[in-house]
Amino acid sequence: MTTVLVFFFILGGMALLGSVGTVASRNVVHAALSLVLALLAVAGLFILLLAEFLAIVQVLIYGGAITIILLFALMLTRTREGPVRLDNAQRRFALIGAGAAFAVLTVVIMVSDWPAPIDNPVRPGFSRISEVLFQQWAIPFEAASLVLLVALIGAIVISRPEKGERD
Amino acid sequence: MTWTDILLTSLKVGAMVGLITVVVLLLTYLERKILGRIQMRMGPMRTGFHGVLQPIADALKLVLKEDVLPSVKDRAVFWIAPLVVFVPALILWVTIPFTEDLVVRNLEFGILYIVAVSVFSIVGIIMASWGSNNKYALLGGARAVAQLISYELPVILVILAVVMVSETLDMRLIVEAQSSYPFIYVQPLGFLIFLIAGLAELGRTPFDIPTAESEIVGGPFVEYSGMHWSMFFLAEYANTFAIGALTTVLFLGGWSGPLLPGLLWFSIKTLSVIFFIFWLRATLPRFRIDQLMTFCWKFLIPISFLNILVTGFYLFYGWPSWSMFLLSMAMIFGGYTTIRITQKRRAASIAETLRLRRERIAA
Repeated sequence: MTTVLVFFFILGGMALLGSVGTVASRNVVHAALSLVLALLAVAGLFILLLAEFLAIVQVLIYGGAITIILLFALMLTRTREGPVRLDNAQRRFALIGAGAAFAVLTVVIMVSDWPAPIDNPVRPGFSRISEVLFQQWAIPFEAASLVLLVALIGAIVISRPEKGERD
Repeated sequence: MTWTDILLTSLKVGAMVGLITVVVLLLTYLERKILGRIQMRMGPMRTGFHGVLQPIADALKLVLKEDVLPSVKDRAVFWIAPLVVFVPALILWVTIPFTEDLVVRNLEFGILYIVAVSVFSIVGIIMASWGSNNKYALLGGARAVAQLISYELPVILVILAVVMVSETLDMRLIVEAQSSYPFIYVQPLGFLIFLIAGLAELGRTPFDIPTAESEIVGGPFVEYSGMHWSMFFLAEYANTFAIGALTTVLFLGGWSGPLLPGLLWFSIKTLSVIFFIFWLRATLPRFRIDQLMTFCWKFLIPISFLNILVTGFYLFYGWPSWSMFLLSMAMIFGGYTTIRITQKRRAASIAETLRLRRERIAA
């Protein structure tokens, strides 16, 4: 067994553990922290695939920013003590949705034509990534940033006090 | 990758961890000495010659002290939190080059890696503040998150300007790009913003709002003692050292310099920055949280964007480097004047309100 495989099993196990913890934990904060574990393990898997840029971005955006916002929101909004209801009547729909997503992903992964063989990955250089991102995919990239901008402005508009509320 | 590679890397990592620990011990001694001198005291004198053994005595005390486990609600989160703060402070050193060869592993995305890893310690602070189940800890945690997230932005924006000038994310190449002149020459504004925002990221005076001993008795760390507390303490000093080293690498030309060997230059530059940080602690009072946030969002971030814009023009049209220096100085002057004018206006409006109130009372 190669060392890469050993690390793959360690990281994969961490990712699975974290994911199960996220959905199975009774405590919301524990669930969020399990999510951090899962996301970090996935970043480690990216490194094993030589996608270092993706791994760093994963840690920066998901491991850092998003989970911090999530934890912060949980911390500030959890005012009640005692058990919180973590379940609702949408179990069946959730199962269907997750199953459908899983099926679609499986089919896409099986069907699609990968640019590099998985058992012998190539390390994409930094300049190569920026070429592809800012030349070949420049317009989708800009469109994505526009969507984020719209969301940002929407958040400001929603959270702004209305005329009568201002003290 | 073979097992010898892994062994070699482990050895390098071990050496790095040892070095950081020694430097951190030295820094605690230096800080107490410098603070003492500025306040016309001697600082530690009793242990060893001029107190040089003081950090060892402190470390022994911390190790031997009882590690109190308060009756917290969430024991696992409480116990793991110091590690989550401490580990990013250490693994960030993987890619900081002391000299051209003295680096654990040079990464192509070096500076991005450092930014990503350093953000992660916020999670540890949240865990500490939540796990403590203490109102001061929770307040401190909320302050810490607000402050650290906000000040991350100017840091990243300034690093972006430096990366634009050097055209690489590789720490070693960033230093090599400064062979003709250090980047403080073309980015004086960037240097200032990086120092201010870096200081806020460290949570040191004048930005020690999250831990403010005199208001919320240590913030997220209030329930910790013994080794667990010293983890936070060590992380703070390791991060201070990191800010010094990063300023050196990004703005002061890293290991390059005439005559002296590279490592010595690196140490001199880093220690000067750290001395400046300690000096500020002795000089400035603490900000208030709303002043801090206003300063970041309404001043630092806009001026960082302006800096990126101007740097873009400078690079695109290939202007001479002295013009970038002048532009940057003009932005510093403009920013300073803006702050002065707003302050004066606010002071005048407060004075006006007070005058009106006095007249109303008199009438």
